[in-house]
Amino acid sequence: MTTEDIAQLIQDNVNVEVTVNTKQPQHEILIKNTDIEKVCQFLKNNNQLMFDNLSCLTGIDNGPKANTMEVVYNLYSITKSYRLTIKVMLDREKPTLPSVVSVWNAANWHEREAYDLVGMTFENHPDLRRILSPDDWEGHPLQKDYQEQEKYHGITVKYERD
Amino acid sequence: MDQRFGQGEIVISKVDDLINWARLSSFWPLGFGLACCAIEMITTWSSAYDLDRFGVIPRGTPRQSDAMIISGTVTFKMADRVRRLYEQMAEPRYVISMGSCSNCGGPYWEHGYNVVKGVDRIIPVDVFVPGCPPRPEALIGGILKLREEIRKETLMAPKAVERLLNKQKA
Repeated sequence: MTTEDIAQLIQDNVNVEVTVNTKQPQHEILIKNTDIEKVCQFLKNNNQLMFDNLSCLTGIDNGPKANTMEVVYNLYSITKSYRLTIKVMLDREKPTLPSVVSVWNAANWHEREAYDLVGMTFENHPDLRRILSPDDWEGHPLQKDYQEQEKYHGITVKYERD
Repeated sequence: MDQRFGQGEIVISKVDDLINWARLSSFWPLGFGLACCAIEMITTWSSAYDLDRFGVIPRGTPRQSDAMIISGTVTFKMADRVRRLYEQMAEPRYVISMGSCSNCGGPYWEHGYNVVKGVDRIIPVDVFVPGCPPRPEALIGGILKLREEIRKETLMAPKAVERLLNKQKA
């Protein structure tokens, strides 16, 4: 089953906007950020697809110039041996999207990592805390315009030459 | 030896020498590692390099430790823990900074927002061992260097009191 077929299947069953991108070697489908949970629920439970494994969830910041953020979902269907890449574009000023923890539990820590390092907010996440940085860390380090804080708990952060 | 000491004779020595000898020959570091340097540190304890021959035995708690080997990258998240472990150790206490990361930030000196650029920013360090990571021989060299420092110590001018006085002056 090709990515186009899967996109067609989504369009037929879930009432959402789906765009297919086959320009790169890794084909991907783009959907709106508000639809992600609905679509994932369908992809997991549909008998033809059965995407039961969330291989990876990645957050990307495109910087203030592009003013967008992305979340990429890499899915794998263990029973059918299908792979699928889903991309969601976000507004950089207000990067929020629904959590998919209700679909795959594996998303829990992945979403916490994306939140911690890139800074998008996952709605309805059961426990959206920082996962790698300390709880009282300022800012999200993988944002393109990230500036590290001057001091953390009284320790100077920057390297200083004498 | 049993001929010389086994018949109730006495040995005359200085208290300084006796205490320093005892301290440097039962030098117990806190058994913990932070990053890849820890692998080299573990190797140093293994039978091939045998740190035990210097009386260096890892202890499981800071209360029983004389020294701390900071073996690896100190992140800001870990910095609080490192400082707390150091404060839990009883005086006299020594710190060996092992490897580039804990010496000065190492490869993370410029872009490592999460790395403390030298563990001497949080605790006083006695010996820096360079390397990335240092070979076991280098760590043994660092420990021998520290033993030399301990051998020079004297009860008349303890380091901790001196440090405290300097702190009050500043």
